[in-house]
Amino acid sequence: MATLEAPRIVTARTDYEDSYTQSRFLATGGYEGLRKALTMFPEAVALEVDEASLLGRGGAGFPAGRKWSMLRKAPVSYLVVNGDESEPATFKDHLLLERDPNGIVEGIIISAYALQVSQVFFFVRGEFALGLERVQQAVNDAYEYGALGSKIFGSNFSLDIVVHPGAGAYICGDETALLEALEGKRGFPRIKPPFFPAVNGLYNEPTVVNNVETMANIPWIVLNGGEAFAALGAGRSKGTRLFALAGRVRNPGVYEVEMVKNTFRDLIYDPALGGGLLDGRTIKAFIPGGVSAPWFGPDMLDTPLGQDEVGEKGSMLGSGSVIVFDDTTCVVRAAWRITKFFSRESCGQCTPCREGSGWLERVMYRMEHGGGRVEDLDLMLDLCDNIAPGGGWPPQQTTICPLGPSIPSSITGAISMFRNEFLQHVEKGGCPFD
Amino acid sequence: MTDVKSSVTISVNGRSLEAAPGELLIEAAERAGHYVPRFCYHPRMEPVGMCRMCLVEVEGPRGATLQPACYLKVQEGMTVVTDSEKVKKAQDGVLEFLLANHPLDCPVCDKGGECPLQDQTLAHGSGETRFIEEKRHFVKPVEIGELVLLDRERCIQCARCTRFSSEVSGDTEIAFSGRGDQMEVAPSPTEPFDSTFSGNTVQICPVGALTAKPYRFTARPWDLEQVESTCTTCAVGCRVAVQSSGNRLTRVLGVDSEPVNHGWLCDKGRFTLDSIDGNEESLDPLSASTRLREPLIRVNGELVPTTWGDALARAATILQEAAKSPNGVGAIGGAALTNEGAFAWERFVRGVLGSDHLDAQYGDGLDGALLQSLPKATIDEAANARVVVTLTGDLREELPVLFLRLRENFIKRGNALVEFAFASSGLHSLASVSMPVRPGEAHLVADALTRTNGHLLKGSAVTDAELNATRELLGESGEGVVFIVGRPNFAEDAGVIERAIRVLAEKFTSATFLPALRRANVMGALDMGLGPRLRPGQGYVNDNGRSTLEQIEALRSGEQKAVLLLGCLLGNVLDVDDASAALDAAGVVVVSGHGGKTLAYADVVLPAAVQHERHGTVTNIEGRVTAVTAKIVAPGSAWSDVAIASELAEECGQSLGLSSDVQCAKVIEETVGYPALSVLNDASDEGALIGRTTARVERRPLDPMAFPGIRSTNTAGLGEFSGAVDEESVVASSAPSSATLTEIAAGRDVEVPAFDAYSLVLNVSRRLYDHGVAVQGSPALANLVAKSTALLNHFDLDRLGLKTGDDVEISSPTVTLHLPVALSDETPRGTINVAFASLDDKGEDVASRTLVDPTSSITQVRLETE
Amino acid sequence: MSHLRVDLRQRAEELVALYPRPRSAMLPLLHLAQEQDGYVSPEGIAEVAELTGTTTADVRGTAAFYDMFHLEPVGKYVVGVCTNIACLLSGGLELLEHASAILGCAVGSTSDDGLFSLEETECLADCNFAPCVQVNHRFVRTTTSESFDTLVGELRDGRRDHEIPTHGTLLRVRRTGGLHAPKAEIASQRQEAKAARDQRAEETK
Repeated sequence: MATLEAPRIVTARTDYEDSYTQSRFLATGGYEGLRKALTMFPEAVALEVDEASLLGRGGAGFPAGRKWSMLRKAPVSYLVVNGDESEPATFKDHLLLERDPNGIVEGIIISAYALQVSQVFFFVRGEFALGLERVQQAVNDAYEYGALGSKIFGSNFSLDIVVHPGAGAYICGDETALLEALEGKRGFPRIKPPFFPAVNGLYNEPTVVNNVETMANIPWIVLNGGEAFAALGAGRSKGTRLFALAGRVRNPGVYEVEMVKNTFRDLIYDPALGGGLLDGRTIKAFIPGGVSAPWFGPDMLDTPLGQDEVGEKGSMLGSGSVIVFDDTTCVVRAAWRITKFFSRESCGQCTPCREGSGWLERVMYRMEHGGGRVEDLDLMLDLCDNIAPGGGWPPQQTTICPLGPSIPSSITGAISMFRNEFLQHVEKGGCPFD
Repeated sequence: MTDVKSSVTISVNGRSLEAAPGELLIEAAERAGHYVPRFCYHPRMEPVGMCRMCLVEVEGPRGATLQPACYLKVQEGMTVVTDSEKVKKAQDGVLEFLLANHPLDCPVCDKGGECPLQDQTLAHGSGETRFIEEKRHFVKPVEIGELVLLDRERCIQCARCTRFSSEVSGDTEIAFSGRGDQMEVAPSPTEPFDSTFSGNTVQICPVGALTAKPYRFTARPWDLEQVESTCTTCAVGCRVAVQSSGNRLTRVLGVDSEPVNHGWLCDKGRFTLDSIDGNEESLDPLSASTRLREPLIRVNGELVPTTWGDALARAATILQEAAKSPNGVGAIGGAALTNEGAFAWERFVRGVLGSDHLDAQYGDGLDGALLQSLPKATIDEAANARVVVTLTGDLREELPVLFLRLRENFIKRGNALVEFAFASSGLHSLASVSMPVRPGEAHLVADALTRTNGHLLKGSAVTDAELNATRELLGESGEGVVFIVGRPNFAEDAGVIERAIRVLAEKFTSATFLPALRRANVMGALDMGLGPRLRPGQGYVNDNGRSTLEQIEALRSGEQKAVLLLGCLLGNVLDVDDASAALDAAGVVVVSGHGGKTLAYADVVLPAAVQHERHGTVTNIEGRVTAVTAKIVAPGSAWSDVAIASELAEECGQSLGLSSDVQCAKVIEETVGYPALSVLNDASDEGALIGRTTARVERRPLDPMAFPGIRSTNTAGLGEFSGAVDEESVVASSAPSSATLTEIAAGRDVEVPAFDAYSLVLNVSRRLYDHGVAVQGSPALANLVAKSTALLNHFDLDRLGLKTGDDVEISSPTVTLHLPVALSDETPRGTINVAFASLDDKGEDVASRTLVDPTSSITQVRLETE
Repeated sequence: MSHLRVDLRQRAEELVALYPRPRSAMLPLLHLAQEQDGYVSPEGIAEVAELTGTTTADVRGTAAFYDMFHLEPVGKYVVGVCTNIACLLSGGLELLEHASAILGCAVGSTSDDGLFSLEETECLADCNFAPCVQVNHRFVRTTTSESFDTLVGELRDGRRDHEIPTHGTLLRVRRTGGLHAPKAEIASQRQEAKAARDQRAEETK
């Protein structure tokens, strides 16, 4: 059974019908964290976040406190908040943006204070029209309330947040691609070196890029202390975390659970959470951290929901998305669709990703729709090896950004776990599930 | 604090090597003999790391990982492997990916035979494809501009062309569009790709995605022969590879010359080669597209072909007869000659005809003696100067590659540009200070810059704030400042700019100057003495030599009886009617490679070899002497100018002592110390700078990946001239020393009339594709000639109730013309800018320059709405 | 003459002023141009180029990178059906096929009456309502073919127009005012804070 005693940190108010309004926000402790932070020295605020050991909630899981401490000291610096949630089957930030925009804004203002940045840009995925409207309303209300703008709450700290709509490109979830989009360019991830955001970020100035959920944790950490946060979870994975559960489960949805204390089995089967598989079917496989992550079989269900715990098993917790396949799922079709996604979303810069994803997608399409050959399996594995040599995890990279090496995960996973299913496709000349 | 090291040690394939701190790994490895394959990398542009062909293994905290060598900078102790199995598999993988969607149309592709992708595939490819899917399809090829076609199927998305467009030329007329494997290069949805520099994108394309319309399907690379030479379309002196198929010029490519053009060319320099051969069917001597193949003499009012002997005799008679009366003869032109040709004609005119009246400029330049007296800046120095001040026309239009080099200074190094903004300019948006200077005002602005207080310029559009900001940048003595000086306005007396130059040179004694005269070898011609008061080797004698305009005046008055024209006159002067009348009255001998309206007045026409048909040297704006090399043989019986001058001297009973172009170079070097022969003997390097002793510049080895199509540029020199110099030469060259600023006569005082409140002051400037001689003869460029418009500031448009596109009647004291107006806020208020020569809607020549009133230092015009 | 309507032009200029560099306003400006014309028209591109100090080739190339910008006219309602992994597992492909039949247009095209354009989208991050459907970037949460048909009927009758504006209008909540804190004030505050912090660091040493 799942361990569900931990406080709800980022979803504390999301169950209210009017959770997105400023009045509900204020009635549920809104801006208390900010008021407290403004009485502290900026570095003391940063220290709390560091002590909380809050791992970034975007996907890479880099400690937020360390990321902050790496910001190059300069007269002008920026905080950019990444609300471009686009990893397939990841829908946790979407929930926060629509249900608690004020909480995110509070977290942003506190972070901006701790970091002493000059301006904040809040990049929100363009397809979230409602989320964008609610975030903009929250920002407008914050100005109105004195929580933003000149001399916040009478302090000597002034700040502007600009809400920036994305326009439909998965790659802008990569922080340097997001900066390019914010500079009004095509979302091409930047080469590193020299463009590490903390050193040469937005407009070549030092920049911190943080995820929406990361920001949403900040007010609680300031109010309750980093230690209280670090008391939750275990190992390197502290606090609670949002998990987006999707696929062949009874109750798909976003769940805030304490890290490490719960396992994938808890998340998928606990009646208070996923509630088990649809129609009581059996689980065939699951993806533990977004479609970039290597697949897990049912034997991995008892792995704890922790960053290192999943990493040790050869995959990643990634974006916090868990996708469940049952025995009716065609893994060839699933892997084909994921590959098609990467092919459509490749920015086009790096040859292995641009050409490799398209090539693999076409082979997988053939495989699913009846043109598959046995030798295609070796071909695909070799092409995957040319995109991410060695096949290990974390993958070796031949491309500028991690999108390239994410392509092979589903194909190599499907082939290694379900080789026979591919062969059935070849023999049948089509999909055996049709 | 910082430990600045002069070198770092890295290990490549187990061998340690020294590299410069910050050097790119791909460069350091290559220098040490470890060539790393690449496609997107280009040494003249910022690395983007897109093709991933240059992946190598670099040791790091997590073991050896694959990293791109093109943007990784060397660091002390870096350990790199470029030849492991892992590297080879990754590179082979990239190549296979690149070929997956690449069409198999090499046999009909222009790039076939000189294609980096093809070469890499032959060297490393597997020979068999594992890709059995349908390849990506696009409509092919698309004409994206007047000169360039795009085949998107061949594109390998290396971003060389788009980077060039945004980073180097800065006009961003093409950009990537779409995403992933549907990503394509695309022009504007509304505008064609007609950048001044579009040809460079074709040259650096590593596949056949971009092809040049003039070259398309004309030759196969293996049929081409090549020489390295210098482009003489303008005076920047870009180094070029000139290629021909048989005796037909097929292509000009930019050579990566470190001090000059970095491999870039403008489209005019690249594509005017079709004007050299001329239109083979055109026999009309009055057409600029006619190539002159044999001597002509006027018989019964008609020009008829004749023999050289006949023509030379007739020419000698005309010139010698005229020379009998005092000041009876002179010569005009010669800026298109080699230094050798100019030297020969100078000897002929001064030595044989005994005349000091000769001028390579057409009244559209600056006083040669003044320019020679100035402390000089090189192009490189200007491109690195702390402050650049432009006192000239639009450099993108007049000296395009200089514009590119300067642009880099402001974009990459963040140095300052101060503009004397006479009219629109390609550099305008990069200027730190832009002073709107009206005609007749430049010398006053210069003067104001030398003062430090008081209200500076009454009634000028230039503000005190602008002047103060400029002064701040210039500093007390102009340390680190380069002034670029040319002729921004042909409707303004040259004296205005010359006075301004003088004022600036006297005040800012640490500053240096880069002349921006635009004609091909005008600097060399002046150095060879083809100008009033000038002598070969930059010598100066204060005689009474007449300028071109003074000769035209003397011809009209009858004081001068005959003129030797070194090139056509009428296409180059402002007052065509006046010059025609002058020629009508005189004996006229024309030496030219091409026809032209001038020939209507010629008594004798002597056909000459032109660029790419002759050996010799030329001198660019910075005083760099470089070699030009014959690639093809001149048509018919055209001769080199040295030969024509020598034979004409013989006909006059004297000897110039010159027997060939190369021997002439030797004479130049021996008599006036000008490094003509030494440059010829070392044709592969970057030439020699006059007045400087600089170490020989070693050129980096040719990189066929960066500059596909160019063969090794290390062509041998033309060989030491071994023949004896004719000791009996009767005509010697004097070699007086050059003048200092104080020795040159102070220059005329320029009277600038008061501005008439109801008029606009005229600015006539050159455009790259104006209806000038070169463009008229080039079918490739003919359609690019800009339609005539008159440009005005929006204040003036509003005041006159005009909007862009309206037709107006423009009246000057000389003529009335009809032109449409257009908005240009870079034109100072109260000023109207027109092109020197352009075409109207019907393709008729609009001689907008005829608006100029030659009797006044400035021209004021009135506008009437039609 | 501005191609953008007076009110949109004013908002465009306000957008540009929010950023340290005008080009940063590119995506919001393209959304604005699309709001007026229903797609990113050549005239809109020219105006965005002018506002951002870029070229039309650059603006077109940038716009074409992003799926939400349409460089050709589209229907009044752009219907997006997700077929990515979570939706695939819940019948996304089948719903897309159904949508194509009901709307009378192939995926990637517009119905003859100009009312609907149909797109196969990537994950829209609403996977607890899979398969996910958006109309003009509003989540409609119709996961079955029956509810989809109802939706289409309502759209045809204009009964959803209050919640689903015509294609192009992304945001109905606008930012109030430009930047609220003067730049100089922020700069001096940060400088002071840095000095105070440096002093604290000195003292603790």
